[in-house]
Amino acid sequence: MNMMSEAAVEAAVGATAATQPPIKMQGRLVNVSYGDNQALFDVDLDVRLHQVTALIGPSGCGKSTFLRCLNRMNDTIDGCRVKGSITLDGADIYDPSIDVVELRANVGMVFQKPNPFPKTIYENVAYGPRIHGLATGKAEMDEIVETSLRKAGLFEEVKDRLQSAGTGLSGGQQQRLCIARAIAVSPEVILMDEPCSALDPIATAKVEELIDELRVNYTIVIVTHSMQQAARVSQRTAMFHLGRLVEEGATDKMFTNPDDQRTQDYITGRYG
Amino acid sequence: MNAATTIVIVLCLAALGYVAGRLRANQVAGNVASSLHSRPGYYGAFVAIFTALPALLVLAAWLIISPLVINSQVFDSLPQDIQALPDTDHALQMGKINSIAQGLAQLTPEDEARLKSGAVDMRSLLGEKGVAIAGEVDDYMPAAARKLSAMHSASELYRTGATILLAAAGLLWAWMQIKPRMRARNSVEAVIIAGLMLASSIAVLTTVGIVLSMVSETYRFFSSVPPLEFFFGTVWDPRFAAAGEADSAGQFGLIPLLAGTLYIAFVAMLVAVPIGLYAAIYMSEYAGQRMRSVVKPLLEVLAGIPTIVYGFFALTTVGPFLRDISAQIHGLAFGEVSSFIQAQSVLTAGFVMGIMLIPFVSSLSDDIITAVPQAMRDGSLGLGATHSETIRRVIFPAALPGIVGALLLTASRAIGETMIVVLAAGVAARLSLNPFEPMTTVTVKIVNQLTGDLEFTSPQTLVAFALGITLFVITLCLNFYALYIVRKYREAYE
Repeated sequence: MNMMSEAAVEAAVGATAATQPPIKMQGRLVNVSYGDNQALFDVDLDVRLHQVTALIGPSGCGKSTFLRCLNRMNDTIDGCRVKGSITLDGADIYDPSIDVVELRANVGMVFQKPNPFPKTIYENVAYGPRIHGLATGKAEMDEIVETSLRKAGLFEEVKDRLQSAGTGLSGGQQQRLCIARAIAVSPEVILMDEPCSALDPIATAKVEELIDELRVNYTIVIVTHSMQQAARVSQRTAMFHLGRLVEEGATDKMFTNPDDQRTQDYITGRYG
Repeated sequence: MNAATTIVIVLCLAALGYVAGRLRANQVAGNVASSLHSRPGYYGAFVAIFTALPALLVLAAWLIISPLVINSQVFDSLPQDIQALPDTDHALQMGKINSIAQGLAQLTPEDEARLKSGAVDMRSLLGEKGVAIAGEVDDYMPAAARKLSAMHSASELYRTGATILLAAAGLLWAWMQIKPRMRARNSVEAVIIAGLMLASSIAVLTTVGIVLSMVSETYRFFSSVPPLEFFFGTVWDPRFAAAGEADSAGQFGLIPLLAGTLYIAFVAMLVAVPIGLYAAIYMSEYAGQRMRSVVKPLLEVLAGIPTIVYGFFALTTVGPFLRDISAQIHGLAFGEVSSFIQAQSVLTAGFVMGIMLIPFVSSLSDDIITAVPQAMRDGSLGLGATHSETIRRVIFPAALPGIVGALLLTASRAIGETMIVVLAAGVAARLSLNPFEPMTTVTVKIVNQLTGDLEFTSPQTLVAFALGITLFVITLCLNFYALYIVRKYREAYE
């Protein structure tokens, strides 16, 4: 397999190792196909610790596919094949010795549409810790739930109705509940697949603010269709087009002076 | 002209109206279709409907009303002493007159001459023509019969005329209505919606009719047997043999039958629920596409087997097998071979009925589990839950209300099942807790009570209606509750 060294890759994408945080996840020559359709071609991408990496590009460009490779959610889709290597802290996550359950506990995911379970708010957050046995008693569980809700900026809004249904919250609250649910299992990386596309502008602003706060403790990869959102929340941006990685770099640079004409066109809204 | 020919003519007129309507629509639009409010076909249909519908309605009404009117007029013309007879005789007299009228219509002029000359009497003459008259032909009858025939043929003539005229008038009127801005589509759709409404109300009205007929018979039953004795009696002994005699009251206790029904249904659910649910979970969550495409249709074939065939299976295979194996077990345990499970038993019936219910449980539950949004699965798997944890903690609880609804629907089927029970559990109405002995159910007893040759008014027969309505109320409640739960479940996602 054609593996470039870390330094070589960094030279290639025009960054220097000295100013960059360490690499948390790394994809090399990632190829994904659904049946006969190839969705990703030779994608090389790094996700750096405590940064928000935004994946942008027109619909169907493969950015969500790449995101779902990072915690092997593609495994649940029939006929999906992944080639190449993706590492988490240097360990290949597609290696047979890796337990996918453990991986997903480390690499949490927030979906496009808020999908709280039809349980109480408390039980939604407690779900992950419970199946992973993270709490030994009720008190500890209460604490995990409260901390997670606080981190997701939802605790003050729901503290009086933790025992009411999670599905009864507003869309934005539901999405923050889903983020709290993901945080509760203490992942290292959180993947977000267009987390604000089903939300109104006010709820979106809250979630974006939250993403910025979460960056301190977690590494975040976010897929978004909103250029402004990518510019607002991310430090690095990767532009996908037709299943290929077009360009990747610091968000500031991508949005002011991209190398590739397609990126320039997409960001300025000329196509996509 | 008879009614069928009239209908054909009206339909031909309607077809003509359709073509004429289309042509007219195109013409008034100057062949510019966009200037019409509706597509030309709607104008055609509009004319066709106004041609056929009123004419056919009048025809139908005429067919229903005219015999009533004619009969009553003929009856009024009968001699006073005949009119004074009791009601049952009236029907007899009118029947005879009808037959004579039919026979007279077939007579040739020669026959008429023979009749007039007195060479042959009316009864034997009509006999020759193949019209049998029950009893003697009284003097007043030929006149009444002729009056009847005359009125019938007059009615037929007027009917045909009125129908066809109305059809033609409808055609013309509707044709003249056609203008570019006329809203033909709205009118046609209103008629179609009315037709759909009629179709659905027929089902509802039939149900109401069935319930009303059962209620009236049940009322008659309760006028001879006190409801308390029926609902709380613990002995079922309708005394067929003694029916009609002085001390033939019999005992109609519902409890043994109800207990048998619920017991057998319970055993059946005990078999069907776990197997069906596990099958559904496997099918919806674990089975691959190919496995699913083979196994699911096969499971549903089970649902298509007539229940009487399950009955055979119980009678010839399961029952004897259980009896023999119980004898073996008894022999091993106590050294003495004697079967403690009878060939016809609650266990046999419950087991076979359970097999029958498996596809209902699995198919309904499969649909419900599949309907749980993929987002729920993704959410759980994305948190690092295993597949089985996801099923146990997210999918199954989310699907539970729906599954409970499905199980209640299945239970109401189990309660209403008859044929398996007749063959597998017997007809002995007993009150027992031992599942190895025969018991029977409400449905079986309904069949029993109605297939005897007892007179219809005896409590022995009427009790079937009381049983039927009891069963109906029980299954109705179960179904209502099931639907309520299923509806509540739907709201959870929308």
